[in-house]
Amino acid sequence: MDRKIRFLQGNEACAEGAIAAGARFFAGYPITPSSEIAEVLARRLPQVGGKFIQMEDEIAAMGAVIGASLAGAKSITATSGPGFSLKQENLGYAMLTEIPVVVVDVMRGGPSTGLPTSPSQSDVMQAKWGTHGDHPVIAISPWSVKESFDLTVRCFNLSEKYRTPVILLLDEIVGHMREAIEIPDPSKIEIVNRQKPTCKPDEYLPYDPANDVNPLPAFGEGYRFHVTGLNHDKTGFPTGKAELVQMDEERLLRKVEKNRDDIITFDEIELKDAEIGIFAYGSTARSAMSAIKQARVQGIKVGMLRAITIWPFPDEKVLELSKKVKTIIVPEMNMGMMRLEVERASKNNCQVMGIHRADGEPINPQQILSRIKEVG
Amino acid sequence: MNVYEKYMRLEKFPHIWCPGCGDGTAMKAIIRAIDRIGLEKDKVAMVSGIGCSSRTPGYLDFNTLHTTHGRALPFATGVKMAKPELNVIVVSGDGDATAIGGNHFIHTARRNIDITMLIFNNYIYGMTGGQYSPVTPYGKYGTTAPYGNIEPPFDICGIAIAAGASFVARGTVYHALPLDKLIEQAIRKKGFSVVEIFSQCPTSYGRRNKQPTPVDMMNWFKDNAVPVKKAETMSPEELKEKIVIGVLHDVEKPEYMEEYSKLIERVQSSAKKN
Repeated sequence: MDRKIRFLQGNEACAEGAIAAGARFFAGYPITPSSEIAEVLARRLPQVGGKFIQMEDEIAAMGAVIGASLAGAKSITATSGPGFSLKQENLGYAMLTEIPVVVVDVMRGGPSTGLPTSPSQSDVMQAKWGTHGDHPVIAISPWSVKESFDLTVRCFNLSEKYRTPVILLLDEIVGHMREAIEIPDPSKIEIVNRQKPTCKPDEYLPYDPANDVNPLPAFGEGYRFHVTGLNHDKTGFPTGKAELVQMDEERLLRKVEKNRDDIITFDEIELKDAEIGIFAYGSTARSAMSAIKQARVQGIKVGMLRAITIWPFPDEKVLELSKKVKTIIVPEMNMGMMRLEVERASKNNCQVMGIHRADGEPINPQQILSRIKEVG
Repeated sequence: MNVYEKYMRLEKFPHIWCPGCGDGTAMKAIIRAIDRIGLEKDKVAMVSGIGCSSRTPGYLDFNTLHTTHGRALPFATGVKMAKPELNVIVVSGDGDATAIGGNHFIHTARRNIDITMLIFNNYIYGMTGGQYSPVTPYGKYGTTAPYGNIEPPFDICGIAIAAGASFVARGTVYHALPLDKLIEQAIRKKGFSVVEIFSQCPTSYGRRNKQPTPVDMMNWFKDNAVPVKKAETMSPEELKEKIVIGVLHDVEKPEYMEEYSKLIERVQSSAKKN
């Protein structure tokens, strides 16, 4: 069999992953450091019969992908911090109306225009709480070019399976670094497609409380249903009835909460005998990996819980780790966003220490190693 | 079954519109136009934003999408691109289309994508209680213009023409029968088509502007509307405060989805050659 090895950027691998997952529509707006995703898809989508459009702004791009998904095309948009802020209202629309889309945010320094070409991990809380109202969130953060490909496919699969938007959080380092990756044979890639209704059109309920996830026909397939950003009843039409709104809200949260085991993935590295744990994600986990290797040479028992799924947060794994180690170190390119989550989930079982910077510089292995030595 | 019952979701009534509102008259004109063209209900996607007019799709038995404020056109663009065989009709209001959605309005017109946009213009933000909009005439009153509006208004049709729409028309709900013909022409047109529909809002606009009843407002449409042909013979001074109704603009130009199909063909055939 021909092995297809390519030397790609994280952003390029993300775009190729989207094509492999079956994405046939992209709408976006130019923004650093995510523009390569748009550029690759502008070239690639027409080749496979898909469509690309550069919209007039970030808000429009988010609206267009929702519309295209509703008309049956797997859809993706990509942006960075300021654009991610602009997309939040329509992202909430997709969450409430339960329309699958993939939103890529290549994190750069902020707030505001911030550091357009420098890395950060400061959108992790925006991914969770950026849009108003209570809503389920699935967000995933790769640490390599290979994972940028694989996890983009996974984002589409989760999005289709749970009928919800899924956020891929790259950081600028992962987005722009190059690595050789093997592009899997299409027959080896697991593809999940949204469930379509099999009932008669007049029996179709887009928001049936009896199911956590309901089938979703495309516009034009004979079902003629209504989609609204207002709270709605099981038929999809607006309602202000408290009990119906509460019931739908609970189902919305439940469909993700109940499936945490399916959605949450992580990597456990050198944790068996660890006395010190590191909780890391994205490119920062690469620095942590290097620090762990050096510390192990020096006889320090340190390991890492690498979160791949950021939201829902891997509470159970962090709790387990907190019972095992005396300290959890949380390096991240923000001023302590996930550290607070780790503190919450570890329930005072151990000490939690952060290594934080928001100056556009990566956290290097030396920084992590010296913290390991301090606590070791 | 009459023509309206054929297309309405009667079980979703009563509607939210106030007594005397013009939006129902506009909705009926849309139904007559669609019925006359003979569009299949499954092949119509009706998309709206936020506001009184934007509730229209919910009452009609099509594929209906009630989106966020001002964003109907981007959503509609996505629908059309993913499924070009759908007839995509956007219903919007003056605030939705020209204030919060103004950027999308000009760019959708520029692309000339085959979408029909029907803008119910009642001069005011009705749903939120009567705040002035970008088309509230100078000197008129709103809850946020308690001393009279000092901003000059937009000419919605002028913007659509300047931005690149291929068909632009204006009508009023008083002229209900000519209105459905304008809507019919707009839907039939390949390209971005706009119909501005003057619709009365006695509750939030008329009461504050010396037209307290729906009849007052309809009479105002009747007395001030000037057909395009007649308007051509009148001076700008004579046309001041008149409503020019009819087809204002109708040109042939490349349509976006057709251009996109050609692009895909070109890319795929050159890939085959290589």
